Amino acid sequence: MAIGDKSGLSPGGATRDAFGKALETLGERFPEVVVVDGDVGNSTRTEAFAKAFPDRAFNVGIAEANMVSVAGGLASCGKTPVVASFAAFLLCNAYDQIRMSVTFPAQNVKLVGSHSGISIGEDGPSQMGIEDVALACSLPGMTVIVPCDEISTGKATEEMLQREGPVYLRLGRPAVPRIYEDDSEFVIGRANQLRDGDDLTIIANGLMVAVALDAAAELSDQGISARVLDMHTVKPIDEPAVAAAARETQAIVVAEEHSANGGLGSAVAIAVSRTTPVPIAYVNTGDCYAESGDPDGLLEKYGLTSGRIVEAARSVKAN
Amino acid sequence: MSLENQRPTIEELEDKARILRRHIIEMTTEAGSGHPTSSLSATEVVTAIYFGGFLNYNAAEPDWTERDRFIMSKGHAVPALYAAMAEAGYFPVEDLATLRKLGSPLEGHPNVRRLAGIEASTGSLGQGLSVGLGQALGCRIDGLDSRVFVVMGDGEMGEGQVWEAIATAHKYQVGNLTAIVDQNGYQQTGATSDVLDLTPFAPKIESFGWHVQTINGNDMSEVVAALETAVDITDRPTAIVAETQKGFGILPVLEEAGDMNFHGQALPAEVAEKALAHLG
Repeated sequence: MAIGDKSGLSPGGATRDAFGKALETLGERFPEVVVVDGDVGNSTRTEAFAKAFPDRAFNVGIAEANMVSVAGGLASCGKTPVVASFAAFLLCNAYDQIRMSVTFPAQNVKLVGSHSGISIGEDGPSQMGIEDVALACSLPGMTVIVPCDEISTGKATEEMLQREGPVYLRLGRPAVPRIYEDDSEFVIGRANQLRDGDDLTIIANGLMVAVALDAAAELSDQGISARVLDMHTVKPIDEPAVAAAARETQAIVVAEEHSANGGLGSAVAIAVSRTTPVPIAYVNTGDCYAESGDPDGLLEKYGLTSGRIVEAARSVKAN
Repeated sequence: MSLENQRPTIEELEDKARILRRHIIEMTTEAGSGHPTSSLSATEVVTAIYFGGFLNYNAAEPDWTERDRFIMSKGHAVPALYAAMAEAGYFPVEDLATLRKLGSPLEGHPNVRRLAGIEASTGSLGQGLSVGLGQALGCRIDGLDSRVFVVMGDGEMGEGQVWEAIATAHKYQVGNLTAIVDQNGYQQTGATSDVLDLTPFAPKIESFGWHVQTINGNDMSEVVAALETAVDITDRPTAIVAETQKGFGILPVLEEAGDMNFHGQALPAEVAEKALAHLG
Protein backbone atom coordinates (compact mmCIF):
# COMPACT_ATOMS: atom_id res chain seq x y z
CA MET A 1 0.00 0.00 0.00
CA ALA A 2 1.42 3.39 -1.00
CA ILE A 3 1.50 6.52 1.10
CA GLY A 4 -1.80 8.34 0.80
CA ASP A 5 -3.86 5.31 -0.19
CA LYS A 6 -5.59 4.92 3.17
CA SER A 7 -6.63 8.53 3.18
CA GLY A 8 -7.67 8.53 -0.46
CA LEU A 9 -5.05 10.98 -1.71
CA SER A 10 -4.23 11.07 -5.38
CA PRO A 11 -0.63 10.66 -6.53
CA GLY A 12 1.48 13.75 -7.16
CA GLY A 13 5.01 14.68 -8.13
CA ALA A 14 8.17 15.47 -6.20
CA THR A 15 8.50 18.75 -4.35
CA ARG A 16 11.86 19.40 -6.03
CA ASP A 17 10.16 19.21 -9.43
CA ALA A 18 7.48 21.64 -8.34
CA PHE A 19 10.13 24.04 -7.06
CA GLY A 20 12.08 23.93 -10.31
CA LYS A 21 8.95 24.57 -12.34
CA ALA A 22 7.82 27.42 -10.08
CA LEU A 23 11.24 29.08 -10.08
CA GLU A 24 11.39 29.07 -13.87
CA THR A 25 7.85 30.45 -14.11
CA LEU A 26 8.52 33.17 -11.52
CA GLY A 27 11.78 34.25 -13.16
CA GLU A 28 10.08 36.91 -15.29
CA ARG A 29 8.12 38.38 -12.41
CA PHE A 30 11.13 38.52 -10.11
CA PRO A 31 13.92 40.07 -12.19
CA GLU A 32 16.28 40.30 -9.20
CA VAL A 33 16.28 36.53 -8.70
CA VAL A 34 19.57 34.83 -9.58
CA VAL A 35 20.50 31.19 -9.11
CA VAL A 36 23.78 30.03 -7.60
CA ASP A 37 24.36 26.32 -8.12
CA GLY A 38 27.02 23.93 -6.87
CA ASP A 39 26.80 21.71 -9.93
CA VAL A 40 23.67 19.84 -8.91
CA GLY A 41 21.17 21.95 -10.86
CA ASN A 42 19.77 18.92 -12.66
CA SER A 43 19.04 17.31 -9.28
CA THR A 44 17.70 20.39 -7.48
CA ARG A 45 15.82 21.40 -10.66
CA THR A 46 17.24 24.90 -10.88
CA GLU A 47 18.38 23.82 -14.34
CA ALA A 48 15.17 25.07 -15.97
CA PHE A 49 15.70 28.58 -14.58
CA ALA A 50 19.34 28.53 -15.68
CA LYS A 51 18.30 27.63 -19.23
CA ALA A 52 15.61 30.31 -19.33
CA PHE A 53 17.79 33.02 -17.75
CA PRO A 54 21.43 32.15 -18.49
CA ASP A 55 22.71 35.58 -17.45
CA ARG A 56 21.16 35.16 -14.03
CA ALA A 57 22.54 31.72 -13.20
CA PHE A 58 25.98 30.83 -11.87
CA ASN A 59 27.35 27.32 -11.51
CA VAL A 60 30.36 27.72 -9.24
CA GLY A 61 31.27 24.06 -9.30
CA ILE A 62 31.48 21.64 -6.42
CA ALA A 63 32.28 24.34 -3.88
CA GLU A 64 29.39 24.86 -1.48
CA ALA A 65 31.26 27.27 0.78
CA ASN A 66 32.05 29.62 -2.07
CA MET A 67 28.55 29.14 -3.49
CA VAL A 68 26.86 30.44 -0.34
CA SER A 69 29.22 33.39 0.22
CA VAL A 70 28.94 34.44 -3.43
CA ALA A 71 25.17 34.46 -2.90
CA GLY A 72 25.67 36.69 0.14
CA GLY A 73 27.64 39.13 -2.01
CA LEU A 74 25.00 39.11 -4.73
CA ALA A 75 22.30 39.78 -2.14
CA SER A 76 24.24 42.77 -0.82
CA CYS A 77 23.95 44.21 -4.34
CA GLY A 78 20.15 43.92 -4.23
CA LYS A 79 19.83 40.55 -5.93
CA THR A 80 17.66 37.74 -4.59
CA PRO A 81 19.95 34.72 -4.87
CA VAL A 82 18.44 31.25 -4.79
CA VAL A 83 21.09 28.78 -3.70
CA ALA A 84 20.15 25.16 -4.19
CA SER A 85 21.97 21.98 -3.32
CA PHE A 86 21.30 18.73 -1.52
CA ALA A 87 20.03 19.58 1.97
CA ALA A 88 22.95 17.76 3.58
CA PHE A 89 25.62 19.52 1.55
CA LEU A 90 24.05 22.95 1.76
CA LEU A 91 23.43 23.03 5.50
CA CYS A 92 26.22 20.80 6.76
CA ASN A 93 29.01 21.70 4.35
CA ALA A 94 28.38 25.43 4.14
CA TYR A 95 26.98 26.07 7.59
CA ASP A 96 29.49 28.72 8.60
CA GLN A 97 29.09 30.46 5.26
CA ILE A 98 25.33 30.56 5.85
CA ARG A 99 26.02 32.03 9.27
CA MET A 100 28.62 34.60 8.21
CA SER A 101 27.46 35.52 4.70
CA VAL A 102 23.69 35.13 5.02
CA THR A 103 22.08 35.22 8.47
CA PHE A 104 24.57 37.33 10.46
CA PRO A 105 24.48 40.13 7.85
CA ALA A 106 20.74 39.40 7.30
CA GLN A 107 21.12 39.02 3.54
CA ASN A 108 18.14 38.23 1.35
CA VAL A 109 19.38 34.78 0.31
CA LYS A 110 17.02 31.87 -0.37
CA LEU A 111 18.53 28.49 0.48
CA VAL A 112 16.92 25.44 -1.06
CA GLY A 113 17.85 21.95 0.12
CA SER A 114 16.67 19.06 -1.99
CA HIS A 115 17.11 15.35 -1.21
CA SER A 116 16.12 15.82 2.40
CA GLY A 117 15.36 12.92 4.69
CA ILE A 118 15.85 9.19 4.28
CA SER A 119 13.40 8.79 1.38
CA ILE A 120 16.18 9.52 -1.11
CA GLY A 121 16.83 5.80 -0.74
CA GLU A 122 19.67 3.93 -2.39
CA ASP A 123 22.33 6.66 -2.34
CA GLY A 124 22.57 6.20 1.39
CA PRO A 125 23.14 8.19 4.58
CA SER A 126 25.92 10.46 3.29
CA GLN A 127 23.37 12.04 0.93
CA MET A 128 20.49 12.17 3.43
CA GLY A 129 19.74 15.52 5.04
CA ILE A 130 18.40 14.58 8.45
CA GLU A 131 20.04 17.38 10.46
CA ASP A 132 19.24 20.27 8.13
CA VAL A 133 16.08 21.60 9.79
CA ALA A 134 17.78 21.72 13.19
CA LEU A 135 20.78 23.51 11.73
CA ALA A 136 18.63 26.00 9.82
CA CYS A 137 16.36 26.71 12.80
CA SER A 138 19.31 27.52 15.05
CA LEU A 139 20.36 30.44 12.85
CA PRO A 140 18.91 33.77 14.04
CA GLY A 141 16.54 35.33 11.50
CA MET A 142 16.15 32.24 9.35
CA THR A 143 12.71 31.19 8.11
CA VAL A 144 12.38 27.41 7.64
CA ILE A 145 9.75 25.91 5.32
CA VAL A 146 9.06 22.21 4.67
CA PRO A 147 6.27 21.86 2.11
CA CYS A 148 4.41 18.58 1.69
CA ASP A 149 3.29 18.48 -1.94
CA GLU A 150 3.70 20.00 -5.39
CA ILE A 151 1.07 22.68 -5.04
CA SER A 152 2.21 23.99 -1.68
CA THR A 153 5.82 23.88 -2.88
CA GLY A 154 4.97 26.13 -5.82
CA LYS A 155 3.23 28.55 -3.48
CA ALA A 156 6.06 28.32 -0.94
CA THR A 157 8.56 29.18 -3.69
CA GLU A 158 6.60 32.29 -4.60
CA GLU A 159 6.15 33.35 -0.97
CA MET A 160 9.83 32.75 -0.31
CA LEU A 161 10.83 35.09 -3.12
CA GLN A 162 8.44 37.75 -1.85
CA ARG A 163 9.64 37.48 1.73
CA GLU A 164 12.54 39.71 2.79
CA GLY A 165 15.41 37.93 4.53
CA PRO A 166 17.01 34.50 4.75
CA VAL A 167 14.78 31.50 4.03
CA TYR A 168 15.49 27.77 4.00
CA LEU A 169 13.15 25.72 1.80
CA ARG A 170 13.41 21.96 2.31
CA LEU A 171 12.53 19.64 -0.55
CA GLY A 172 12.34 15.92 -1.15
CA ARG A 173 13.42 13.62 -3.91
CA PRO A 174 10.52 11.14 -4.37
CA ALA A 175 7.04 11.76 -5.72
CA VAL A 176 4.55 12.47 -2.93
CA PRO A 177 0.73 12.43 -2.84
CA ARG A 178 -1.21 15.51 -3.70
CA ILE A 179 -2.59 17.22 -0.59
CA TYR A 180 -3.79 20.59 -1.82
CA GLU A 181 -5.95 22.08 -4.56
CA ASP A 182 -4.71 24.81 -6.86
CA ASP A 183 -6.61 27.46 -4.92
CA SER A 184 -5.56 26.28 -1.45
CA GLU A 185 -4.10 28.92 0.81
CA PHE A 186 -0.44 28.91 1.74
CA VAL A 187 0.91 31.52 4.12
CA ILE A 188 4.38 31.29 5.64
CA GLY A 189 4.04 30.84 9.39
CA ARG A 190 0.44 29.71 9.31
CA ALA A 191 -0.34 26.01 9.69
CA ASN A 192 -3.03 24.43 7.53
CA GLN A 193 -5.56 22.24 9.24
CA LEU A 194 -6.21 19.34 6.89
CA ARG A 195 -8.56 17.36 9.08
CA ASP A 196 -10.42 18.22 12.25
CA GLY A 197 -10.53 16.01 15.31
CA ASP A 198 -11.09 16.09 19.07
CA ASP A 199 -8.97 13.34 20.59
CA LEU A 200 -5.49 14.38 19.54
CA THR A 201 -3.59 16.37 16.93
CA ILE A 202 -0.98 15.04 14.53
CA ILE A 203 1.40 17.83 13.53
CA ALA A 204 3.49 16.96 10.50
CA ASN A 205 5.33 18.44 7.55
CA GLY A 206 6.95 17.31 4.32
CA LEU A 207 6.43 13.73 3.30
CA MET A 208 4.94 12.93 6.71
CA VAL A 209 1.80 14.98 6.09
CA ALA A 210 0.40 12.32 3.78
CA VAL A 211 1.48 9.64 6.24
CA ALA A 212 -0.29 11.55 9.02
CA LEU A 213 -3.51 11.68 6.99
CA ASP A 214 -3.27 7.91 6.50
CA ALA A 215 -2.79 7.51 10.25
CA ALA A 216 -5.80 9.73 10.95
CA ALA A 217 -7.92 7.51 8.68
CA GLU A 218 -6.72 4.41 10.56
CA LEU A 219 -7.39 6.06 13.92
CA SER A 220 -10.85 7.01 12.76
CA ASP A 221 -11.55 3.32 12.06
CA GLN A 222 -10.53 2.69 15.67
CA GLY A 223 -12.88 5.37 16.94
CA ILE A 224 -10.19 7.97 17.60
CA SER A 225 -10.70 11.38 16.09
CA ALA A 226 -7.42 13.00 15.05
CA ARG A 227 -6.83 16.56 13.91
CA VAL A 228 -4.06 16.91 11.31
CA LEU A 229 -2.00 20.08 10.93
CA ASP A 230 0.41 20.69 8.06
CA MET A 231 3.10 22.65 9.92
CA HIS A 232 4.97 23.60 6.75
CA THR A 233 6.71 26.46 8.48
CA VAL A 234 8.94 25.20 11.29
CA LYS A 235 10.28 28.67 12.01
CA PRO A 236 8.52 30.88 12.86
CA ILE A 237 6.20 28.16 14.08
CA ASP A 238 2.46 28.85 14.20
CA GLU A 239 2.25 28.99 17.97
CA PRO A 240 -1.48 29.88 18.11
CA ALA A 241 -2.30 26.80 16.02
CA VAL A 242 -0.15 24.59 18.24
CA ALA A 243 -1.65 26.09 21.39
CA ALA A 244 -5.20 25.61 20.07
CA ALA A 245 -4.43 22.00 19.20
CA ALA A 246 -3.03 21.38 22.67
CA ARG A 247 -5.94 23.06 24.38
CA GLU A 248 -8.68 21.49 22.26
CA THR A 249 -7.33 17.97 21.78
CA GLN A 250 -5.09 17.56 24.85
CA ALA A 251 -2.51 15.36 23.08
CA ILE A 252 -0.07 15.79 20.21
CA VAL A 253 1.96 13.58 17.92
CA VAL A 254 4.70 15.23 15.86
CA ALA A 255 5.77 13.44 12.67
CA GLU A 256 8.73 14.51 10.54
CA GLU A 257 11.37 13.02 8.27
CA HIS A 258 14.27 14.34 10.35
CA SER A 259 16.46 13.28 13.23
CA ALA A 260 14.97 13.36 16.72
CA ASN A 261 16.56 16.60 17.86
CA GLY A 262 16.11 20.16 16.75
CA GLY A 263 13.46 19.72 14.07
CA LEU A 264 9.69 20.13 14.06
CA GLY A 265 9.36 18.02 17.23
CA SER A 266 11.55 20.42 19.17
CA ALA A 267 9.77 23.47 17.79
CA VAL A 268 6.35 22.04 18.70
CA ALA A 269 7.58 21.02 22.16
CA ILE A 270 8.76 24.56 22.85
CA ALA A 271 5.47 26.03 21.64
CA VAL A 272 3.42 23.57 23.70
CA SER A 273 5.46 24.06 26.86
CA ARG A 274 5.18 27.84 26.48
CA THR A 275 1.42 27.78 26.04
CA THR A 276 -0.57 24.69 27.04
CA PRO A 277 1.54 21.78 28.32
CA VAL A 278 0.06 18.45 27.16
CA PRO A 279 1.65 15.05 26.39
CA ILE A 280 3.56 14.85 23.08
CA ALA A 281 4.80 11.77 21.20
CA TYR A 282 7.37 11.94 18.45
CA VAL A 283 7.74 10.08 15.17
CA ASN A 284 11.03 10.78 13.38
CA THR A 285 14.19 9.01 12.21
CA GLY A 286 15.51 8.84 15.75
CA ASP A 287 19.03 9.54 16.92
CA CYS A 288 20.78 7.50 14.27
CA TYR A 289 21.88 7.40 10.64
CA ALA A 290 19.88 5.29 8.24
CA GLU A 291 21.31 3.14 5.43
CA SER A 292 21.01 2.50 1.71
CA GLY A 293 17.86 0.83 0.46
CA ASP A 294 14.62 1.36 -1.34
CA PRO A 295 12.70 4.39 -0.03
CA ASP A 296 9.60 2.47 1.08
CA GLY A 297 11.73 -0.10 2.87
CA LEU A 298 13.69 2.64 4.61
CA LEU A 299 10.57 4.48 5.75
CA GLU A 300 9.27 1.19 7.15
CA LYS A 301 12.52 0.21 8.84
CA TYR A 302 13.18 3.63 10.36
CA GLY A 303 9.66 4.10 11.64
CA LEU A 304 8.15 6.71 9.36
CA THR A 305 4.86 4.91 8.78
CA SER A 306 1.21 5.54 9.51
CA GLY A 307 1.33 2.50 11.81
CA ARG A 308 3.96 4.20 13.94
CA ILE A 309 1.92 7.36 14.13
CA VAL A 310 -1.11 5.30 15.20
CA GLU A 311 0.96 3.62 17.92
CA ALA A 312 2.28 7.00 19.07
CA ALA A 313 -1.26 8.40 19.11
CA ARG A 314 -2.57 5.53 21.21
CA SER A 315 0.32 5.79 23.66
CA VAL A 316 0.06 9.54 24.04
CA LYS A 317 -3.69 9.25 24.65
CA ALA A 318 -3.08 6.58 27.28
CA ASN A 319 -0.88 9.01 29.27
CA MET B 1 33.98 61.03 -2.78
CA SER B 2 37.54 60.63 -3.94
CA LEU B 3 38.50 61.44 -7.48
CA GLU B 4 41.25 59.81 -9.46
CA ASN B 5 42.42 62.97 -11.12
CA GLN B 6 43.05 64.54 -7.74
CA ARG B 7 45.34 61.80 -6.48
CA PRO B 8 47.37 63.03 -3.52
CA THR B 9 51.14 62.84 -3.62
CA ILE B 10 52.96 59.87 -2.14
CA GLU B 11 54.09 62.10 0.72
CA GLU B 12 50.53 63.12 1.47
CA LEU B 13 49.44 59.48 1.46
CA GLU B 14 52.34 58.52 3.71
CA ASP B 15 51.27 61.18 6.15
CA LYS B 16 47.71 59.87 6.02
CA ALA B 17 49.04 56.38 6.75
CA ARG B 18 50.87 57.79 9.76
CA ILE B 19 47.61 59.29 11.04
CA LEU B 20 45.80 55.95 10.51
CA ARG B 21 48.55 54.17 12.44
CA ARG B 22 48.15 56.55 15.35
CA HIS B 23 44.40 55.85 15.37
CA ILE B 24 45.01 52.08 15.25
CA ILE B 25 47.29 52.15 18.27
CA GLU B 26 45.19 54.60 20.24
CA MET B 27 41.88 52.81 19.67
CA THR B 28 43.16 49.30 20.41
CA THR B 29 45.05 50.36 23.51
CA GLU B 30 41.95 52.25 24.68
CA ALA B 31 39.88 49.10 23.99
CA GLY B 32 42.41 46.94 25.81
CA SER B 33 42.23 44.32 23.07
CA GLY B 34 42.34 43.89 19.33
CA HIS B 35 44.89 43.27 16.62
CA PRO B 36 46.99 46.40 16.14
CA THR B 37 49.98 44.72 14.49
CA SER B 38 47.76 42.92 11.93
CA SER B 39 46.21 46.30 11.16
CA LEU B 40 49.54 48.11 10.86
CA SER B 41 50.84 45.75 8.17
CA ALA B 42 47.87 46.61 5.94
CA THR B 43 47.88 50.36 6.56
CA GLU B 44 49.54 51.46 3.30
CA VAL B 45 47.11 49.31 1.31
CA VAL B 46 44.05 50.64 3.14
CA THR B 47 45.31 54.23 2.97
CA ALA B 48 46.04 54.07 -0.74
CA ILE B 49 42.68 52.49 -1.59
CA TYR B 50 40.63 54.98 0.45
CA PHE B 51 42.64 58.15 -0.08
CA GLY B 52 44.59 57.48 -3.27
CA GLY B 53 41.58 57.88 -5.54
CA PHE B 54 41.04 54.17 -6.14
CA LEU B 55 37.78 53.74 -4.22
CA ASN B 56 34.72 55.69 -5.31
CA TYR B 57 32.60 56.21 -2.23
CA ASN B 58 30.35 58.76 -0.64
CA ALA B 59 30.62 58.82 3.14
CA ALA B 60 27.42 60.88 3.33
CA GLU B 61 25.57 58.23 1.31
CA PRO B 62 27.24 54.92 2.15
CA ASP B 63 24.71 52.87 0.14
CA TRP B 64 25.23 54.89 -3.05
CA THR B 65 24.52 52.32 -5.77
CA GLU B 66 27.46 53.11 -8.00
CA ARG B 67 30.07 52.99 -5.26
CA ASP B 68 33.10 50.74 -5.28
CA ARG B 69 33.36 48.26 -2.45
CA PHE B 70 36.06 47.47 0.09
CA ILE B 71 36.03 44.25 2.11
CA MET B 72 38.38 43.60 5.01
CA SER B 73 38.34 39.82 4.78
CA LYS B 74 40.99 39.56 7.51
CA GLY B 75 38.36 41.03 9.79
CA HIS B 76 40.62 41.27 12.82
CA ALA B 77 42.49 44.07 11.03
CA VAL B 78 39.35 46.20 11.06
CA PRO B 79 40.99 48.97 13.16
CA ALA B 80 42.83 49.98 9.97
CA LEU B 81 39.47 50.18 8.18
CA TYR B 82 37.74 52.07 11.00
CA ALA B 83 40.63 54.56 11.05
CA ALA B 84 40.26 55.09 7.29
CA MET B 85 36.47 55.41 7.53
CA ALA B 86 36.73 57.98 10.30
CA GLU B 87 39.24 59.99 8.28
CA ALA B 88 36.97 59.65 5.25
CA GLY B 89 34.03 61.09 7.17
CA TYR B 90 31.82 58.07 7.76
CA PHE B 91 31.72 58.90 11.47
CA PRO B 92 33.54 61.26 13.84
CA VAL B 93 37.17 60.47 14.63
CA GLU B 94 36.31 60.61 18.35
CA ASP B 95 34.10 57.52 17.90
CA LEU B 96 37.23 55.43 17.32
CA ALA B 97 37.67 55.47 21.10
CA THR B 98 34.48 53.38 21.40
CA LEU B 99 36.06 50.41 19.59
CA ARG B 100 34.89 47.07 21.02
CA LYS B 101 32.79 48.72 23.72
CA LEU B 102 29.21 47.72 24.45
CA GLY B 103 26.79 49.64 22.26
CA SER B 104 29.44 50.83 19.80
CA PRO B 105 28.97 50.03 16.10
CA LEU B 106 32.75 49.66 15.95
CA GLU B 107 32.72 45.99 16.83
CA GLY B 108 35.75 43.76 17.21
CA HIS B 109 35.20 42.51 13.67
CA PRO B 110 33.25 44.25 10.87
CA ASN B 111 29.47 43.99 11.11
CA VAL B 112 27.36 45.31 8.21
CA ARG B 113 24.30 45.51 10.41
CA ARG B 114 25.94 47.92 12.81
CA LEU B 115 28.01 50.30 10.71
CA ALA B 116 27.09 51.90 7.38
CA GLY B 117 29.99 51.67 4.96
CA ILE B 118 31.02 48.18 6.01
CA GLU B 119 30.48 45.99 2.95
CA ALA B 120 30.82 42.50 4.46
CA SER B 121 30.61 40.99 7.91
CA THR B 122 33.87 39.14 8.38
CA GLY B 123 35.86 37.54 11.14
CA SER B 124 35.46 33.93 10.11
CA LEU B 125 38.41 33.82 7.76
CA GLY B 126 38.27 32.81 4.12
CA GLN B 127 34.89 34.18 3.10
CA GLY B 128 35.54 37.78 2.09
CA LEU B 129 36.81 37.01 -1.39
CA SER B 130 33.70 34.95 -2.17
CA VAL B 131 31.45 37.76 -0.94
CA GLY B 132 33.48 40.21 -3.02
CA LEU B 133 33.10 37.94 -6.03
CA GLY B 134 29.34 37.92 -5.51
CA GLN B 135 29.36 41.72 -5.34
CA ALA B 136 31.50 41.97 -8.45
CA LEU B 137 29.04 39.72 -10.29
CA GLY B 138 26.07 41.65 -8.92
CA CYS B 139 27.52 44.95 -10.14
CA ARG B 140 28.21 43.40 -13.51
CA ILE B 141 24.62 42.17 -13.89
CA ASP B 142 23.46 45.73 -13.24
CA GLY B 143 25.91 47.17 -15.76
CA LEU B 144 27.87 49.06 -13.10
CA ASP B 145 31.62 49.34 -13.46
CA SER B 146 32.11 49.33 -9.70
CA ARG B 147 35.27 47.63 -8.48
CA VAL B 148 35.53 45.42 -5.42
CA PHE B 149 38.72 45.40 -3.33
CA VAL B 150 39.26 42.55 -0.87
CA VAL B 151 42.11 42.52 1.65
CA MET B 152 43.08 39.06 2.91
CA GLY B 153 45.77 37.79 5.23
CA ASP B 154 48.50 35.36 4.24
CA GLY B 155 47.42 33.04 7.06
CA GLU B 156 43.88 33.30 5.74
CA MET B 157 45.04 31.79 2.45
CA GLY B 158 45.03 28.45 4.27
CA GLU B 159 41.24 28.46 4.01
CA GLY B 160 40.18 26.32 1.05
CA GLN B 161 37.30 28.62 0.23
CA VAL B 162 39.74 31.31 -0.86
CA TRP B 163 40.93 29.05 -3.65
CA GLU B 164 37.35 28.18 -4.60
CA ALA B 165 36.72 31.88 -5.05
CA ILE B 166 39.95 32.37 -7.01
CA ALA B 167 38.93 29.59 -9.41
CA THR B 168 35.38 30.87 -9.81
CA ALA B 169 36.45 34.48 -10.40
CA HIS B 170 38.54 33.20 -13.29
CA LYS B 171 35.65 31.15 -14.68
CA TYR B 172 33.47 34.25 -14.86
CA GLN B 173 36.36 36.50 -15.98
CA VAL B 174 35.48 38.97 -13.26
CA GLY B 175 37.44 42.04 -14.27
CA ASN B 176 36.23 44.28 -11.45
CA LEU B 177 37.65 42.30 -8.55
CA THR B 178 41.01 43.04 -6.93
CA ALA B 179 42.35 40.88 -4.10
CA ILE B 180 45.20 42.08 -1.93
CA VAL B 181 47.09 39.50 0.12
CA ASP B 182 48.64 41.21 3.13
CA GLN B 183 51.61 38.89 3.44
CA ASN B 184 52.90 39.93 6.84
CA GLY B 185 54.42 36.55 7.54
CA TYR B 186 52.78 35.83 10.86
CA GLN B 187 49.60 34.21 12.06
CA GLN B 188 48.19 33.39 15.46
CA THR B 189 50.71 30.86 16.72
CA GLY B 190 53.78 31.95 14.82
CA ALA B 191 55.41 32.45 11.44
CA THR B 192 53.20 31.58 8.50
CA SER B 193 56.17 29.77 6.96
CA ASP B 194 56.11 27.38 9.95
CA VAL B 195 52.34 26.95 10.26
CA LEU B 196 51.31 26.34 6.64
CA ASP B 197 53.62 27.74 4.03
CA LEU B 198 51.74 28.57 0.86
CA THR B 199 54.34 30.93 -0.54
CA PRO B 200 55.02 31.93 -3.19
CA PHE B 201 51.47 33.13 -3.70
CA ALA B 202 51.98 34.83 -7.06
CA PRO B 203 52.54 31.75 -9.25
CA LYS B 204 49.73 29.87 -7.52
CA ILE B 205 47.18 32.63 -8.06
CA GLU B 206 48.53 33.30 -11.55
CA SER B 207 48.01 29.66 -12.45
CA PHE B 208 44.28 30.23 -11.96
CA GLY B 209 44.33 32.88 -14.68
CA TRP B 210 44.58 35.99 -12.54
CA HIS B 211 46.84 38.98 -13.12
CA VAL B 212 49.20 39.11 -10.15
CA GLN B 213 51.73 41.63 -8.92
CA THR B 214 54.10 41.17 -5.98
CA ILE B 215 55.19 44.33 -4.23
CA ASN B 216 56.52 45.76 -1.01
CA GLY B 217 53.17 46.46 0.60
CA ASN B 218 54.59 48.92 3.09
CA ASP B 219 56.07 51.12 0.35
CA MET B 220 53.40 53.64 -0.57
CA SER B 221 54.69 54.34 -4.05
CA GLU B 222 54.73 50.62 -4.86
CA VAL B 223 51.22 50.20 -3.48
CA VAL B 224 49.88 53.11 -5.52
CA ALA B 225 51.62 51.89 -8.69
CA ALA B 226 50.25 48.36 -8.22
CA LEU B 227 46.71 49.63 -7.66
CA GLU B 228 47.00 51.83 -10.78
CA THR B 229 47.93 48.75 -12.80
CA ALA B 230 45.21 46.61 -11.20
CA VAL B 231 42.32 48.99 -11.85
CA ASP B 232 43.33 49.32 -15.50
CA ILE B 233 42.85 45.58 -16.01
CA THR B 234 39.21 44.82 -16.69
CA ASP B 235 39.28 41.51 -18.53
CA ARG B 236 40.26 39.30 -15.59
CA PRO B 237 40.58 39.39 -11.81
CA THR B 238 43.69 40.96 -10.32
CA ALA B 239 45.69 40.22 -7.21
CA ILE B 240 48.39 42.14 -5.41
CA VAL B 241 50.64 40.15 -3.12
CA ALA B 242 51.70 42.82 -0.66
CA GLU B 243 54.79 41.71 1.20
CA THR B 244 54.50 43.53 4.48
CA GLN B 245 55.75 43.47 8.03
CA LYS B 246 53.39 42.84 10.90
CA GLY B 247 53.51 45.94 13.07
CA PHE B 248 55.14 48.04 10.34
CA GLY B 249 55.67 51.60 11.49
CA ILE B 250 56.53 50.70 15.06
CA LEU B 251 58.93 47.81 14.52
CA PRO B 252 61.72 49.16 16.78
CA VAL B 253 59.19 49.53 19.58
CA LEU B 254 57.99 45.93 19.15
CA GLU B 255 61.60 44.76 19.06
CA GLU B 256 62.27 46.52 22.34
CA ALA B 257 59.11 44.96 23.78
CA GLY B 258 60.47 41.57 22.70
CA ASP B 259 57.60 40.33 20.51
CA MET B 260 57.66 40.86 16.76
CA ASN B 261 54.29 39.14 16.26
CA PHE B 262 52.27 40.66 19.06
CA HIS B 263 49.23 38.89 17.65
CA GLY B 264 45.78 39.62 18.95
CA GLN B 265 46.66 41.93 21.77
CA ALA B 266 46.59 45.64 22.33
CA LEU B 267 49.83 47.38 23.18
CA PRO B 268 50.10 48.11 26.89
CA ALA B 269 49.82 51.84 27.62
CA GLU B 270 53.55 52.39 28.02
CA VAL B 271 54.37 50.53 24.79
CA ALA B 272 51.61 52.43 22.99
CA GLU B 273 53.09 55.68 24.20
CA LYS B 274 56.47 54.76 22.78
CA ALA B 275 54.84 53.66 19.54
CA LEU B 276 53.00 56.95 19.17
CA ALA B 277 56.19 58.88 19.93
CA HIS B 278 57.98 56.79 17.30
CA LEU B 279 55.31 57.54 14.70
CA GLY B 280 55.33 61.24 15.51
